[in-house]
Amino acid sequence: MRQAEFTSTNPLRSPLDRRLPRVAGPCCLVIFGVTGDLARRKLMPAVYDLANRGLLPPSFALVGFARRDYSDQDFAQQVHDSVREHARTEFREDVWNQLQQGFRFVAGDFTDDAAFDALAATVADLANDQGTGGNTAFYLSIPPGMFPLVVQQLKRSGLASEERGGWRRVVVEKPFGHDLESAQELNHTLGEVFPSGSIFRIDHYLGKETVQNLLALRFANTLFEPIWNRGYIDHVQITMAEDIGIGSRAGYYDGIGAARDVIQNHLLQLMALTAMEEPVSFSAENVRQEKEKVLASVVLPDDLGAYTARGQYGVGWQGGEKVVGYMQEANIPPTSTTETYAAITLNVDTRRWAGVPFYLRTGKRLGRRVSEIAIVFKQAPHLPFATTDTEELGSNTLVVRVQPDEGITMKFGSKVPGTQMEVRDVTMDFMYGDSFTESSPEAYERLILDVLLGDPPLFPRHEEVEMSWRILDPILDHWAANGKPDTYDPGTWGPASADEMLARDGRVWRRP
Amino acid sequence: MTTRLENTSADEIVRTINAERHKIGATSTGMVLTLIIVTDEENQSDTTRAAAHSAMEHPCRIITMIPRPGRVAPALDANIDVGDTMGPGETVRLRLRGELADHGASVALPLLLPDTPVVVWWPTNGPDVPSADPFGRMAQRRITDAAAARHPMQALIARRKGYVAGDTDLAWTRTTPWRSMLAAALDLPYAPIERAEVSAQGANPSAALLQAWLRNCLDVPVDLHRSRGPGITSVVLHTTGGPIELTRPDGRTGRLARPGITTHDVPLSRRDVRDLIGEELSRLDPDDTYAEALAALEVPTARKRGSKSAAAAPA
Repeated sequence: MRQAEFTSTNPLRSPLDRRLPRVAGPCCLVIFGVTGDLARRKLMPAVYDLANRGLLPPSFALVGFARRDYSDQDFAQQVHDSVREHARTEFREDVWNQLQQGFRFVAGDFTDDAAFDALAATVADLANDQGTGGNTAFYLSIPPGMFPLVVQQLKRSGLASEERGGWRRVVVEKPFGHDLESAQELNHTLGEVFPSGSIFRIDHYLGKETVQNLLALRFANTLFEPIWNRGYIDHVQITMAEDIGIGSRAGYYDGIGAARDVIQNHLLQLMALTAMEEPVSFSAENVRQEKEKVLASVVLPDDLGAYTARGQYGVGWQGGEKVVGYMQEANIPPTSTTETYAAITLNVDTRRWAGVPFYLRTGKRLGRRVSEIAIVFKQAPHLPFATTDTEELGSNTLVVRVQPDEGITMKFGSKVPGTQMEVRDVTMDFMYGDSFTESSPEAYERLILDVLLGDPPLFPRHEEVEMSWRILDPILDHWAANGKPDTYDPGTWGPASADEMLARDGRVWRRP
Repeated sequence: MTTRLENTSADEIVRTINAERHKIGATSTGMVLTLIIVTDEENQSDTTRAAAHSAMEHPCRIITMIPRPGRVAPALDANIDVGDTMGPGETVRLRLRGELADHGASVALPLLLPDTPVVVWWPTNGPDVPSADPFGRMAQRRITDAAAARHPMQALIARRKGYVAGDTDLAWTRTTPWRSMLAAALDLPYAPIERAEVSAQGANPSAALLQAWLRNCLDVPVDLHRSRGPGITSVVLHTTGGPIELTRPDGRTGRLARPGITTHDVPLSRRDVRDLIGEELSRLDPDDTYAEALAALEVPTARKRGSKSAAAAPA
């Protein structure tokens, strides 16, 4: 066909027309490791939910690649089962029927050239039959050790090349390496074949919604920004707690631990968003620049032993249930020094933040599942009350709740009703709505849609990943060289050493 | 649990809502809007339920106005639901008896939540000039439904004259899945479009709006044909490379056919009022695209020039 005859602007789309959802363009999603746990429990249901919400184009195709002797029908059946079991939205026959027209399965091994050639042929067929226009996203739902092999296969078979038309994107999940060196290596592997703008690093903990809410809170209001600095803020606590243990994930978790699993990506991203200056615009590039500036100005405390803490959950009772300790979980070697709780202190050397410590903590088998950012303000410089009046007055606190019950809590002093002058803490609460949660999309839906739309703003780029490792590596080295984690009781808020870490500065952890 | 108040006043209703809220330990401060539904006995239950369902996404106070004019002494009765039975929001169903039936706005005003948007919805017989209506004057967004009027096309055309920003009509809301699917079809490169056709059951205000919208966007002739229905049955975009056809003969499954690409079934089922009202409540800014489509509406005249485009005449 002569290309000149065709037009590619779409007269039916207008920025004024805000009813039309942002539907992904025609495309094909290729999932490697499609028979894996993540694909079954999260990815495929998310694809269905997107389709059900009308956010996938009619020309959408899903290609599974795995070492299974499946036909397209077997594959469709497997997707069907996982959708029935795990999808968030109701099952609708018409949506399903439409979706499954675009399902293909390619069987093969990652070392098998013929299988990748077959995949290339399938993708090429779909470009015409299904009208995907050649646009292809590769989702690597496989162990990072396999990345080099698969990426090289994509290159060899011509799948990664945009020469035959359409875009190519590759999606990888955290962890992005286990230290600076391995992160650079991973980046090198991907970067050899895909340009950096086409690499999507997914951290499902960090839903885009959260990031956007945080940016809206800080930069859409006049109320907070004037006090968002060392003049008013005493310190910041960023917490991500889980109430579950590692379950069957020993193979993944042991040797990785809480700091690599959560602090490196999730908590440092939240910290960067909390501390960054106002970006010139909310474009990917500008937000990233500001985040990078923060990460570059992070300095570690001199005494890493005193200003970090780590722990491992022991045997005990949690919420009325008897649970095993980390060392008793299946397949954990008796010599393991992997931490399931990590707390670190960071300083940001900028005019805005000098002298304001950021305390980051995360752990498994803690009191409850919660992620939050707590901004703790200084005491008023002068209290014109008798000391007894304000005995129960704590610090003003602004808490951004990331999950669950996404919202904002403010804690401040108020007079207790009665004749005496007595000031006590009260909280004021904003919820994005207990009611919103019901229909709020699963993180993977948003992430997959962003990949298909080619909307990278809030995915970390490799520069950020490497900077995070630069912050974390010295702490990990220090831990590796010094003893082992303290044991803490399940269902509590971590080891005593974490409390001591704050007590040294005359502060206490908030109970989230 | 429903609280019934007879012969009551707005003041007592507010106090009752607050007391009920207090009992369950919640306040009304998390609500994002007040929705006033102006309806009748026949429709009040369904419409209130539909609105309460959309309150799952947009926690709101729903005030259903049921005027009961007649030769009785003016009286106000209220049924109040706070909390779980009707979703997370709160619903107040008001029966306005006697002369009070004409003064509903005086009852609604003290019940509006402070400093949040007000939306008014007439599920059946909306006013010709929604913004001039006593309820409409209170609201940022005014939702009518031309399809539910006795003469749908006339209702739509009457509202065109009185349109102000913030007006919207469910006839327009019903076109969203069609518009969305057509826009998706043009996301792939396509040959120039020369003309287009819309087919629908007679006197279908949604089809007329879709026709107007297509004409605005594509700047080509768009014909409207009468079909057996239900609702809109097909849209064809004639390109120099062949037709792009989106059809929905049974009101449920759509089918998208494009030159050179395998024909697809696409989900395009008619939506119930719950979904429509949910879509309306999720956007409260003026809908410029609707305004433009409404302005470009082909007005059927008494003397029919072309039989094709006159299919929009009242049935």
